[in-house]
Amino acid sequence: MAPPPGQPLFLARAGYRQRRLRDALRLLPVFGAILWMLPLLWPKGSDEGYSNGNALIYIFAVWVLLIGAALLMSRRLRPEGAIEEAEDADR
Amino acid sequence: MLTFNLLVAVALSYVAFLFIVAFVAERRAAQGDDAWLSAPVIYTLSLSIYCTAWTFYGAVGYAARSGLEYLTIYLGPSLVMLGWWWVLRKLVRIGRTHRITSIADLISSRFGKSTALGVIVTLLCIVGVAPYIALQLQSITLSFAVFAGEGGAVWEASDLNSVALWSAAGLALFTVLFGTRNLDANERHHGVVMAIAVEAVVKLAALLAVGIFVVWGIGGGVASTLERIETSDIAHWEQSGGRWMGLTFLSAAAFLCLPRMFHVLVVENANERHLATASWAFPTYVMLMSLFVVPIAVVGLDILPAGSNPDLFVLSVPLSQGREGLATLSFLGGFSSATSMVIVATIALATMVSNHIVVPIWLRSRSQGAMMSGDVRAIVLMARRVSIGAVLALGYVYYRVSGGGGALAAIGLISFAGVAQILPVMLGAIFWRGATRIGAAAGLLTGFAIWGWSLFLPSFGEDAVIPMSVMAQGPWGIDWLRPQALFGIDGIDPLLHATFWSILLNAAMFVLCSLISFPNPLERLQGAQFVNVFEHSQGARAWAPNAAQAEDLLIMVQRIIGPGQAQSIFQKAAAAQGKEGYLPDVTPEFVQSIERLLSGSVGAATAHAMVSQVTEGASVSVEDLIAVADEAAQILEYSSKLEAKSAEQERTARALRDANAKLTALSIQKDAFLSQISHELRTPMTSIRAFSEILQDGGLAAEAQRKYAGIIQEEATRLTRLLDDLLDLTVLENGQVVLHPQEGMLHDLLDRAVSAAGLLDGGIRIVRRKADEGVSLLTDLDRLGQVFINLISNAQKYCDAKTPELRIVVHRVAGGTVVDFVDNGTGIPPAQQQVIFEKFSRLGDHARAGGAGLGLAICREIMERLGGRVSYLPGQGGAAFRVTLPKPEALAAE
Repeated sequence: MAPPPGQPLFLARAGYRQRRLRDALRLLPVFGAILWMLPLLWPKGSDEGYSNGNALIYIFAVWVLLIGAALLMSRRLRPEGAIEEAEDADR
Repeated sequence: MLTFNLLVAVALSYVAFLFIVAFVAERRAAQGDDAWLSAPVIYTLSLSIYCTAWTFYGAVGYAARSGLEYLTIYLGPSLVMLGWWWVLRKLVRIGRTHRITSIADLISSRFGKSTALGVIVTLLCIVGVAPYIALQLQSITLSFAVFAGEGGAVWEASDLNSVALWSAAGLALFTVLFGTRNLDANERHHGVVMAIAVEAVVKLAALLAVGIFVVWGIGGGVASTLERIETSDIAHWEQSGGRWMGLTFLSAAAFLCLPRMFHVLVVENANERHLATASWAFPTYVMLMSLFVVPIAVVGLDILPAGSNPDLFVLSVPLSQGREGLATLSFLGGFSSATSMVIVATIALATMVSNHIVVPIWLRSRSQGAMMSGDVRAIVLMARRVSIGAVLALGYVYYRVSGGGGALAAIGLISFAGVAQILPVMLGAIFWRGATRIGAAAGLLTGFAIWGWSLFLPSFGEDAVIPMSVMAQGPWGIDWLRPQALFGIDGIDPLLHATFWSILLNAAMFVLCSLISFPNPLERLQGAQFVNVFEHSQGARAWAPNAAQAEDLLIMVQRIIGPGQAQSIFQKAAAAQGKEGYLPDVTPEFVQSIERLLSGSVGAATAHAMVSQVTEGASVSVEDLIAVADEAAQILEYSSKLEAKSAEQERTARALRDANAKLTALSIQKDAFLSQISHELRTPMTSIRAFSEILQDGGLAAEAQRKYAGIIQEEATRLTRLLDDLLDLTVLENGQVVLHPQEGMLHDLLDRAVSAAGLLDGGIRIVRRKADEGVSLLTDLDRLGQVFINLISNAQKYCDAKTPELRIVVHRVAGGTVVDFVDNGTGIPPAQQQVIFEKFSRLGDHARAGGAGLGLAICREIMERLGGRVSYLPGQGGAAFRVTLPKPEALAAE
């Protein structure tokens, strides 16, 4: 059967998506750790240093971002063992 | 003005409220209504015991002293939860598959169910956590003191001590009441979890309320609060990179390794899917907890007089503004943080102490081991209660000894660094099959020693434990052993220094010793089980189905989890094998499931020791070792598929075999029945004929005539009785019997049966508990009475004890109400247990029995017609019969 226009030919699309979602889940804490360590590169001290107010906003913004991402991912995640079923349904 | 007494009343009524919450939750769970108790939101809220009083009060003080560094304490756990797919998912799966009861149990179980490792981890946790409990007691007393000071009173040390003592006693009571109600095979405590979930809401609400008041009530909105931050003492980003990363790592490690966190994360987890929800909900919770910390700190620094304790800003800022209601709410928040932490930490520690220290010592001190008489449950529960008391007492003593001063404030992070020593071994345990017991012990002891030397002992203050000279020059003048400058590297922050060296050397020793040592078979087996938990959650097979006797196992399991539950588990296992009764075949799977069941109550190492006493020898078979070996992975996969197929076939085959055996037995029985019946009829007939012939011949004395006629009559009566019985049985078997349902009480029926059984004086003694017998019945009471009479007179006939005794026990089990008739004789040998309900089966001496052996067969038919059952109950000491009473609806349906 020819794929719908605009979509590449790929079988078991749902299972593939689930596996990539799990990859993303694994990467999320790494991503978060890097973002939260970034402020260490900022200039310090009272003269030309960054203010704690800005740092506070930055850190909480990262927090909200990570929580949002985790929320979306956990919604889309299916229980283990469901990948095979998803693939069956996809066929 | 809020009086101190009023505050005490508020605290007490809050505590009473928590008792009620816990009690109601326990009740609902006991009624099987635990769906809402195990909702993901409850799970997430229970994780909030991470936020103790140290974070509730201390975070603001921390922020006032060192800016944004306090955030690291929350960033680490957030990262761990966001990365649940890596570690937590695996931990939870392992915890559920292997019924892990604590972090010590995890380590012990993974490394060949080693008792020594369990002890090491337990001791480490006690040393690390007891000061932390002391810190919570201190925070409770300090918060009371703030209110007392506001009221004009200045507290003496003795006042503070008594508050701490009463708090510790109250917490011990709560923990004993709700933490040790039962020995659940899953080690879950619905009451406690519900109470800490409520406390989680209270502390979040309290901190948010104070924060909102500070930002919009005092600060004048978000923009002006930010401005206030810009002009405060902590306006500038001056964070040290080492501490920022080090503390984030440390809090992440502690989040996984703290006994209380492990308890709520893994042990109390009801469903793996809850982790997915908690992965975003818990970071949200801690984000909200830390949201207003900086504003409160800045405003506190601004408006309170210099020198005020910033650790108590959460209380003193609202108080200084005359907001007593808000201050009380905030007090309750801090109180909640402290109490929930202490309760869960104490349960977790007490479980570890009782499972890994007390019970093993107690078992070893008895030569006959797990087969002793008496109820082990009571002892395990008592050990746990005593441990709870001991842990809290230790916390209180630590509080007193340390003087409750500033030395305690630093203990939070020191405690984190202590329990973080478990992290390398824990990660190795679940990700690396090559990790061995010796490596784990070496790593743990190294880390523990370095932490103690470089961080814990110096924390008692200068010259308190380690003399100044040692701090400055090293022990015996060895320069590179100086506690805060190991290997001569000077000038690092002491906390970072200790964490860095202890974790590094801990991990190095762990890996090195694992590489050069060799694991024993059980270790390798458990290692494969843990590391590949997702591939085969089925569990290891460590048992050869040799000498283990189902009845011995039943006796042991009854003593640990109680007779009712044990019997129903054995019955289910037997039914799954297609067998009737209470004794399944002792297959490796069955032994293993029993071992897991017990490990839920007493820990893996102890359960393993107990089961191997019964099964005689902890043998690991060749197949198990093949299963462990990497090279055999493909064979394993293939064979597991085969196994799944063959399990099904085995069940069918077993059912067929049983059916075949029954058919064969039936055909033999039919022949035997005919010959039996002719024999039974013939004997009285012969004597009747002989004596009537003698009478017919005449010429006898009147005395002799009477005697012979009497014999004829007696034999005729026996014949009639036999024919009655046979008729009765035939009618019952053909289902032609008409039942006459009546209402009545069980105790009346038993009274009647006991008197109708015609007990002789000096014969069997009947022991009953009338209190349990108040069960109303709707069934054919005459027929049921017939069954009771039969069982009682059987006991009278066959019980061979010196002082025969029959216990009649009425109790409720899952399937309904049962009446057990247990005598104290030698019981019925297993081979006979199968056939006693068959027709004409009599045991031993025929003459003594005086019946035709139809009694039990009739009983069984009657009970089947009534919709109940009668069965032999093994493992009770003597002969025991269980009558399962018909359910009222069973009869109504007929």
